[in-house]
Amino acid sequence: MGDVWVYIEHREGSTSPLSFELLGIGKKLAQERGGKVCALVIGESVDQIAKEAIEYGAEKVYALTGGVFKNFRSDVYTKAACQLIEKYGPDIILFRSTTQGTDLSSGIAGKLNVGICADAISVYHENNVLKMVRAAFGGRFNVTVVNERATPKLITVRPKAFEMPEKKDGQKGEIISESVGVSDSDSMMKVVDFVKSAVTVNLVEADIIVSGGRGLGKPEGFNLLREFADLIGAALGASRAAVDSGWIPYEHQVGQTGKTVKPKLYIACGISGAIQHLAGMRTSDCIVAINKDPDAPIFKIATFGIVGDLYQVIPKLIEKFKAKLGK
Amino acid sequence: MKVVVCVKQVPDTEAEIKWDVEKGVLKRDSMDPITNPFDEFAVEEALLTREKYDCEIYAISMGPERAQEVLRNALALGVNGVYHILDPQLSGSDTFGTAYALAKAIMKIGDVDIVFMGRQSTDGNTGVVPGEVAAILGYTPLTYVSKIREIDFQGKRIVVERAIEGGFEVVEAKLPAVVSVIKGINEPRLPNLMGIRRAAKMEIPKWTCDDLGLDKDKVGLSASSTRVVEISVPPPKAQGEILKGDLDEVAEQLASRLLDLKIIK
Repeated sequence: MGDVWVYIEHREGSTSPLSFELLGIGKKLAQERGGKVCALVIGESVDQIAKEAIEYGAEKVYALTGGVFKNFRSDVYTKAACQLIEKYGPDIILFRSTTQGTDLSSGIAGKLNVGICADAISVYHENNVLKMVRAAFGGRFNVTVVNERATPKLITVRPKAFEMPEKKDGQKGEIISESVGVSDSDSMMKVVDFVKSAVTVNLVEADIIVSGGRGLGKPEGFNLLREFADLIGAALGASRAAVDSGWIPYEHQVGQTGKTVKPKLYIACGISGAIQHLAGMRTSDCIVAINKDPDAPIFKIATFGIVGDLYQVIPKLIEKFKAKLGK
Repeated sequence: MKVVVCVKQVPDTEAEIKWDVEKGVLKRDSMDPITNPFDEFAVEEALLTREKYDCEIYAISMGPERAQEVLRNALALGVNGVYHILDPQLSGSDTFGTAYALAKAIMKIGDVDIVFMGRQSTDGNTGVVPGEVAAILGYTPLTYVSKIREIDFQGKRIVVERAIEGGFEVVEAKLPAVVSVIKGINEPRLPNLMGIRRAAKMEIPKWTCDDLGLDKDKVGLSASSTRVVEISVPPPKAQGEILKGDLDEVAEQLASRLLDLKIIK
């Protein structure tokens, strides 16, 4: 066998390119194991998603449709996925370590009595053994995990840990439409409403994040950061200190008790770099630190640092970017 | 009407992290143990639920001898009872083994309507135990809960808000349920002196694998399907650069450097 499944998440049929991101690493792993990379898509109607999954490289798509799957509901999705897993016996299943990926993988793990490797930042074969790397203890250590006995091996992967696969027209793939014996009466829950957040950019998906900490000194500091963030197309993050001071809502918090993010660019303003904060952002590709204190730990992990008062530096940066971007 | 709250003892990462660089392992023993920060919100939510609906609260924890400290803290806050799942055979359990032991303890308590848990621990950070416990027990999995709107213990019904990517969804569900909570759902209270004194004298009941009727093939290090094979210090990032010059110069340098990355458009 050796097939690698990738769970494609969506919300009521709507996807983002990142929904398909794991098809890239999935394909690599499948080739190394002599299997196929297959997309697992569950929803009310999934034709479009199945088609896109093939464009992103899926060789097979297991498509499960039905009204019962309109909203993501962990219990019925789990039940349905378990039936397919038992029928086709995949070797590995990859999920994103989002709320949906975590819910579904943990439901499957509980039902099938298998282990999970959660929030992997790297997955590879070494001497034919599948190894997964997780960041532990605030990212100060990398822990390599194997999961030799379990089938399937369930892995949730930190969003953006791997390169996006290329999307190509005209790729060939087989769509296997499945129906399973799952109905509304199997669900113990009903989604009655979805309220879109006032925060326009999803931190976890953002390519650029501008984040503020205690060094802002006052809630109004976030107005300045917001202006800067809007200018360069960034999402707005915050340290725990800023959230706990009541300067900005919790949904902006990055760190151990907040969100774990991996943007291409992370700009930390007035953030000293406590381990709790670093835990949530240290795997960002490029880190910029702006802080008054030259000894702040954030400088140790920063790609670029500016020692200075952010209330002088940020307005100057805004001026520079406005000129360079022609805005 | 019973609720259970699961609490975990974790190393206090607020304090200085001490680690053995040579061996590449964390000196857990040298760090102060605390209640997992997310579990404090779970305990508080259980207390608020009791204030509103008059239920009983049982706190459970699985962990070594000194994990009883987090249960003592729960007692100081006024929970009705605690159980410490303590057995050397449980040591090294992976998330499934842990979830299975917790599920069996919840079954032993019996007639439980809601199991409150934190969304994840700050040491293991997997966030999968609530979903696994729910799947093992056949309870409704309600994860990432940011608000409880309504509970109807008689009608076995609950309405919650779940914080998911891009917003929150309102979910109406059947009890029993596992409710994992996020930070911000409430403001956890601190135990008062009287509570601390009372809790200090209380006996903490212990449950072993046999007490829970655990299948030993499912718990402990030998049963874990996931196994740690290596702990390493991640390669250091390339030495960063502190930009030098006056305000205008550093801003100019940074803006150009960042634009060169072609991320900002």
